[in-house]
Amino acid sequence: MNQDLQQQFVRDMLTESYDGLDRYDRAILLLERQAADTETLNDIFRVVHTLKGTAGCLGFHRIEKLAHAGENLLDALRNGLLAPTPAIASGLLRLSDGLRTLLQTIEATTTDAGAADHTALIADLHDLRLNPAGPAASSPPAHEPLPAADPTPAVSDLASAAAPVDPAAETSALSDGESATWGLFDPLPDAAPAIAAHAAATAPTPSAAAARVSPAPAAPSPTTPAVGETSGRNSALAASSVRVDVALLDRLMNLVGELVLSRNQLVQLAQTRHLRPEAVTEISQRLNLVTTELQEGVMKTRMQPIGNIWGKFPRIVRDIAHELGKQVRLQTVGNETELDRTIIESIRDPLTHIIRNAIDHGIESPEKRSAAGKTAEGQLLMRAYHEGGQVNIEIIDDGAGLNLARIRQKAVEKKLMSAEEAARLSDREATNIVFLPGFSTAEQITNVSGRGVGMDVVKTNIEKIGGSVDIQSAFGQGTTIKIKIPLTLAIVPALIVRAGGDRFAIPQVSLLELVRLEGAAATAALEKVYDTPVFRLRGHLLPLIFLHRELKLPGPTQLDAVNIVVLQADQRTFGLVVDDICDTEEIVVKPLGKHLKSLPMFAGATIMGDGRVALILDALGLAQHSRVVSEAHERARTSAVSDDGSSQSAHLTQLLLFSLPGRARLALPLDQAARLEEIAPKSIETSGAREAVQYRGQIMPLLRLGRYLPGAEDPAATGESLQVIVYQHAGLSIGLVVGHIHDIIAQELAIQPGSAAPGLVGSAVIQGHITDLVDIPAILQSAGLSFAHAA
Amino acid sequence: MSALQQLCTFYIADLFIGLDVLNVQEVLRPQELARVPLAPPNVEGLLNLRGHIVTAIDLRRRLGFPARAPDAEPMFMIVRTADGFVALLVDRVGDVIEVDESTFEPTPDNIPAATRTLIAGVHKLPQRLLHLLDATQAALPALAA
Repeated sequence: MNQDLQQQFVRDMLTESYDGLDRYDRAILLLERQAADTETLNDIFRVVHTLKGTAGCLGFHRIEKLAHAGENLLDALRNGLLAPTPAIASGLLRLSDGLRTLLQTIEATTTDAGAADHTALIADLHDLRLNPAGPAASSPPAHEPLPAADPTPAVSDLASAAAPVDPAAETSALSDGESATWGLFDPLPDAAPAIAAHAAATAPTPSAAAARVSPAPAAPSPTTPAVGETSGRNSALAASSVRVDVALLDRLMNLVGELVLSRNQLVQLAQTRHLRPEAVTEISQRLNLVTTELQEGVMKTRMQPIGNIWGKFPRIVRDIAHELGKQVRLQTVGNETELDRTIIESIRDPLTHIIRNAIDHGIESPEKRSAAGKTAEGQLLMRAYHEGGQVNIEIIDDGAGLNLARIRQKAVEKKLMSAEEAARLSDREATNIVFLPGFSTAEQITNVSGRGVGMDVVKTNIEKIGGSVDIQSAFGQGTTIKIKIPLTLAIVPALIVRAGGDRFAIPQVSLLELVRLEGAAATAALEKVYDTPVFRLRGHLLPLIFLHRELKLPGPTQLDAVNIVVLQADQRTFGLVVDDICDTEEIVVKPLGKHLKSLPMFAGATIMGDGRVALILDALGLAQHSRVVSEAHERARTSAVSDDGSSQSAHLTQLLLFSLPGRARLALPLDQAARLEEIAPKSIETSGAREAVQYRGQIMPLLRLGRYLPGAEDPAATGESLQVIVYQHAGLSIGLVVGHIHDIIAQELAIQPGSAAPGLVGSAVIQGHITDLVDIPAILQSAGLSFAHAA
Repeated sequence: MSALQQLCTFYIADLFIGLDVLNVQEVLRPQELARVPLAPPNVEGLLNLRGHIVTAIDLRRRLGFPARAPDAEPMFMIVRTADGFVALLVDRVGDVIEVDESTFEPTPDNIPAATRTLIAGVHKLPQRLLHLLDATQAALPALAA
């Protein structure tokens, strides 16, 4: 056969088979839960059958043989000759692992000659078909012991010898509390010999039985380090092809057709002597439209549902849970949430890691769970959804949660921080310790986790693609890990700023707010701590970085205004002072060449509308370069300090100061005010017996505060406009008409109930004056506007 | 077998240099460059090559020549290297010359080490010597001095 053609066929077979085996795995998990119907069984039979046929045609006889053995077993299941048992499910999963290894060998070496030997597995599958119910029926389904699937080529002479052994081994294994270990995938070295030992002790022919049993634990062990990897990661080949909806592809082709037409028109136009401006406009509009649609379409082809990688997790969860003797039910929500495929690829490993952690550290053993009053089966929920141009992924378990005391202690033991530092950390900070490099609380290093390369790698990998990771945990109740990642890396919204005559793009993800100071305020507002410039942003010191200084560019000649771009990097905020703020734009991110990789402050480059190149700033890199954010070890401490700051501000209440004729100093908590508005008196209408205005498409009742507060009067209706505080609660808005709005202040509130006049909570000294705090809910009630009625 | 090789030649000051023509994608007239703050000194800036961003490297600086006269406009050679495309800024572009192995000789040992990595060898042409440039090496940022 033509060599190229042969290779093409092999490639097709590999892609198709990897897809099929993923589907197969999912179906087997259903089968294991007794939830598979005939259709599912037919489907998995077809997968194996097709693989067998193709492999046979292409001369891969090992695959053919292995698939054939599986096919026989599946056929029996399909025809109802066999009922699915856990032993069969395990055997069938081993079949898919075996087939995958063979496929991977073929992919790497183009032949299956060097592949691992699967005769043991074939014999197992054969054995299962002849003797599926025997061992499985006599025991609870989850306790299938090793001997049942023991690879022994000579089935016939085993039958007599094995008969006395099996039940004995099983019962002893059960009575010994081995019930949680599950047989085939169990790598725990202590569990398997225990079974072997029991088998040997109870068997009539001890030497023969022991000899037969003991190889069993050895057989799966080569595959155990790869638990979750064999099934989790197929191959480079599988990742290099994408399935695209044919309708979408057709639409793209149509658009390309239109693009070609537009090009032709443009070429024709370029040849005419006298250009009509309208013609140029027409063509450019058309090009604009086609390009935009084409861009959207192509982006869509790159978007893949997250289910594509989630589909592999049930298998991973099952394997890990069995390996660790735990019961875990995985639930996924939001499988259809779409993400750019490059991102999907890069979150696969971090997600796998988090899942392993959740099962290993999070979810407890069934006994512990029952003791804690939980269901024996741990719940693991993976949820994905879009929010604000980002994708949120949550991995929630109802396990043990993080033991913060233990984490603090461990951090000290590992010399990541001193005991005082650890004690000073807030709970939130302590939670974040798990992200420090070299940290692991696992008491014992297992196959699954505890090697200390863990969450810090997860965090780095997620941050590399512009995302963030956050852990919330309640001790004894579970852990939630929340990952936020951008939809796509290729096109991002960005703010364009100017410094030293050059333009730079700042991705909106890291942008918090913009502050512009003009004239005299500008020079006065920039203060210095020693020689570091800072700015007071609502009472907090914000370290400032001057972009032109940082990049060694010429500064602006005169300073008439200061533009501060407030950025967030690694949970620290800082202000970036730029010469000018231009606009927000969707930019196409292009990577920088290798020569510029050493510059951490640039995340890439983009091409602006005028064809010029602008650099994309990386907030984290910039902060690190200017040492606003120090390295990882310092991180916990610095953010602890900032946390102290914010916990202080937690005692501060933000108050809105206003006045009414007759009462000069009134205040209400700012969080009760949704907005401040000015309304024209003539826009006031009456609805029922009440004054109201139309506000954002709704009727907002007005309440003249002056009529409800003793000593106060209604503001004169002569003014051009009325000051209104929009009070919002339970989805309803009420406009409070006041005289003047003065200020917003934050201060520690010491309310003295002193006057306790109706409609007032009490009084406090604010800015050196006695100020009365208005009790809005009470006033609303007395006005008959209580939300209890309204709602 | 005498492997024929076509070299695209150019000049840096008086230095006569050649690059395998298969590695040269195109030669452009002076282009507008976006400067990159804090970049290594031989990185001249970034070039928008029909939607691709290409780093422009000044071969003069890379080879240790004095800076170009302000009014002299360099030519841009877009070169394929192991690390992607780069634009090499050269003084003047010459002809495409066909050479074979008979004229090739490795770089003499006594030329400065920093430059020796860039020059793969020399072709002895009838009138003059043609330096064979290693494009991938030339595209690397300058070694730390």
